[in-house]
Amino acid sequence: MTIRETLARETIRERLGKLPRQLLMSEYFILILCVFVFVALIPFVPVIASAYNMSSLLSNIWPLYAVAIGQTLVLIIAGIDLSQGAIISLTSVIGASLIATSADPIVFSKSPIWGWLLFENGGILSSTSAGILVAVIVMLLVGLLIGFINGTVIAHAGIPAFMVTLVTQTFFAGLAIYYVKSENIINLPDGFTAIGNDSGGLISYPLLITVLLAILSQFILSRTMFGRWLYATGTNIRASIVSGVPTKKVVVLTYMFSGFCAAVASVLYSARMDMGRPTLGSSLLLDVIGGAVIGGSSLSGGKGKVLWTFFGVVFLSLLGNALSLLNVPFFWIEIAKGSVILLAALLDVTRTRILQYNV
Amino acid sequence: MDDLILQFCKVDKSFFGVPVLKNVSIDIQRGHIIGMIGENGAGKSTLMNILGGVVPFDAGNMLLNGQDYVPHDPASATRAGIAFIHQELNLFTNLSIAENLFISNFPHVGKSPFLNKVRIRTKTQEYLAMVDLDLSPDTMVDKLSPGERQLVEVAKALSQDASIIIFDEPTTSLTARETERLFGIIQRLHMSGKTIIYISHILRDVLQLADEIVVLRDGEVVQTGPKKEFDIQKMISLMVGRYIGTLYPERTSKPTEQVILEARGLSKAGIVHDINFSLHKGELLGVFGLMGSGRTELAQIIFGTETYDHGEIIVDGNRRTQQSPVKSIQQNIAFVTENRREEGLLMVSTVAENLGLVTLPKFAMPVTNVMRQSALIEAVRNVVSLLHVKVNDAFKNQVKGLSGGNQQKVVLGKWLMNNPSILVVDEPTRGVDVGAKYEIYSIINDIVAKGAAVLFISSEIEELIGVCDRILVMGFGEILGCFEQADFHREKILQTAFREGGK
Repeated sequence: MTIRETLARETIRERLGKLPRQLLMSEYFILILCVFVFVALIPFVPVIASAYNMSSLLSNIWPLYAVAIGQTLVLIIAGIDLSQGAIISLTSVIGASLIATSADPIVFSKSPIWGWLLFENGGILSSTSAGILVAVIVMLLVGLLIGFINGTVIAHAGIPAFMVTLVTQTFFAGLAIYYVKSENIINLPDGFTAIGNDSGGLISYPLLITVLLAILSQFILSRTMFGRWLYATGTNIRASIVSGVPTKKVVVLTYMFSGFCAAVASVLYSARMDMGRPTLGSSLLLDVIGGAVIGGSSLSGGKGKVLWTFFGVVFLSLLGNALSLLNVPFFWIEIAKGSVILLAALLDVTRTRILQYNV
Repeated sequence: MDDLILQFCKVDKSFFGVPVLKNVSIDIQRGHIIGMIGENGAGKSTLMNILGGVVPFDAGNMLLNGQDYVPHDPASATRAGIAFIHQELNLFTNLSIAENLFISNFPHVGKSPFLNKVRIRTKTQEYLAMVDLDLSPDTMVDKLSPGERQLVEVAKALSQDASIIIFDEPTTSLTARETERLFGIIQRLHMSGKTIIYISHILRDVLQLADEIVVLRDGEVVQTGPKKEFDIQKMISLMVGRYIGTLYPERTSKPTEQVILEARGLSKAGIVHDINFSLHKGELLGVFGLMGSGRTELAQIIFGTETYDHGEIIVDGNRRTQQSPVKSIQQNIAFVTENRREEGLLMVSTVAENLGLVTLPKFAMPVTNVMRQSALIEAVRNVVSLLHVKVNDAFKNQVKGLSGGNQQKVVLGKWLMNNPSILVVDEPTRGVDVGAKYEIYSIINDIVAKGAAVLFISSEIEELIGVCDRILVMGFGEILGCFEQADFHREKILQTAFREGGK
């Protein structure tokens, strides 16, 4: 035992009682916290528990959760994907440009896609019957491709993930704006907007799609060899290489999955907003990483679960929802969110320490 | 006659209800060298951490120069004249030697906030001279070899005017020459009246250095006395609490003539040069080399974690074309690396997760890669019981909580699950206590008896002589000699390694 470990052990033992420690260590800590916050707020803002508010809260949660699932897997391999927002924006405008039913020539004639992808009477696929399906597939492929670029550069060139994804974030966010010359593409077909439509009560496409994605990811993580490799790579990449784990492949596939999740979210967001928006994903990053970290994924890798991230996303969304219902100004909400994420990171450090020393 | 500098009187300490020190009483004479031995977990480190002010004790008391001594933190221990030189050195590698020496107490120019660089330099030079280090005070610590860093630590202890200096396993990362040099310095400190507490697993060293020996077992002092009352055999049986007839298990098999691995003219610029050897089925081939001899690099090249420039590796008659751990594992080659923490284990993962890591592909269904959980669990259970890994619940407990010996068994276990035909082990018994060493040798013997070939790399000649069929001696990136079992001779092997012998 080194000095530092011994000291840490002693301090943790002294500072924490048994019950708070158990609560802190519980997988469901954040869920418990959510319920607590929710119940505590009902007397102050009864509207929070109304059916309308609940359904709008949930419809905000699903696409955000879809992105955060991808981020969770990236965090598990000790990486980070800052480019998800740009992927959402770019896939949104690409998808919309293919299927829009009409486009205003005054607005779009300067765009690089005018005249060969986008016309006055809509996108190139707007008249084909399978157009929507093809557009969605194209969006997902673009997500996978950007993820592939991220993963390949990180794994093979050895540039830190932070740097690589910061660059791709800037690049593809710029590309999205260039693609439509910073205009929104509106007039999407009904078949597409139906995907984002959640007026039919609690069971909606976004819910089904996101839950399916979550179950699939959870299955990959807990039941497949790839899942084991993911955790191993994030825990100790050197030992994983020596043990025959194809770590480069793992890294590339994980970033591809992250891009895929962002593209799925882009479909949901674009359909719900009924537009292809070049800045659709620009302000999501903090909520995505925050959700994963609040859930308990560790920024140092090797730790994270899809279910945990759900709790984190719910918590962050609930917080935003509650504060806006309380008429707290927007900037205060942002400040509060930031503080909570900081607390979550602090919690992660404390938890890691406790786990490390098996108190 | 009795001039006691330090006394432990009935010191107790427990961590979370588990007693780690029980009623420990030791009297230490001023100016003596105390050798402290015991298995991992016997309480040596805890006792020294108490002395160094790192952890408080629960009951009992300590007397320093006859006065009550209760250190609150490491700084107060330093002020009381106790210096602790750790196993893992505590130097700032990004700072210079001088900065390291004065880090907690930089001399200033008068009362100004400016550092007195001249004084720092001259004082540092003085202390470096005391430990025979001919280096500039401005040398960055990361440029130093492990042996030199150790001596800088000693210089730091001297600069703090320590009267008691604790060495905790100081020689684990030192070459034989550096060790000799360190021992010379320790003797000199001894002559100048310093009291030394020397903790080591290398009993021969303890016997050579110490005036008195303290044996700890399970948190208790089992025996103390002057050196002449001890020999290695007795020290071992005191440490483990039972008599171990021999340090090395009997070999039950003989090597065959069939070559399974051959290296021809392997070279890598500046690392290894023209390496030729062949490894036979059922053979336990030792590779002796000092630090920097290229032994670890050779192992890495053979396993495929490092590349080479020239030459070829022939596995089972086929020339190896691709170099990678994945390929090696497919050819049933296993590699127990030198450092468990960095390259061997996922320290914060469970024992089961570690054991399964290499063999995952064998337990995954085709195409979907879904794990056959029950088969994997079964296999993990088998290995845990086969190797006697001491763990409460292999599926819940982290590897981090295991002792060094059990950690090493987990590393061996993860490779055994893959039924290796060639096993490369690099320093498999480093940081492992005597009892567990015996078990590790036994495990390796069993693997050999089943027809596998083992390349056993070590810097401990005794263990190679004890277990191997043949020993290659490496030095300066080359193979300098090869000894058959009949010619095993400690001095000759060492001379060959230093190129001092016939060659």
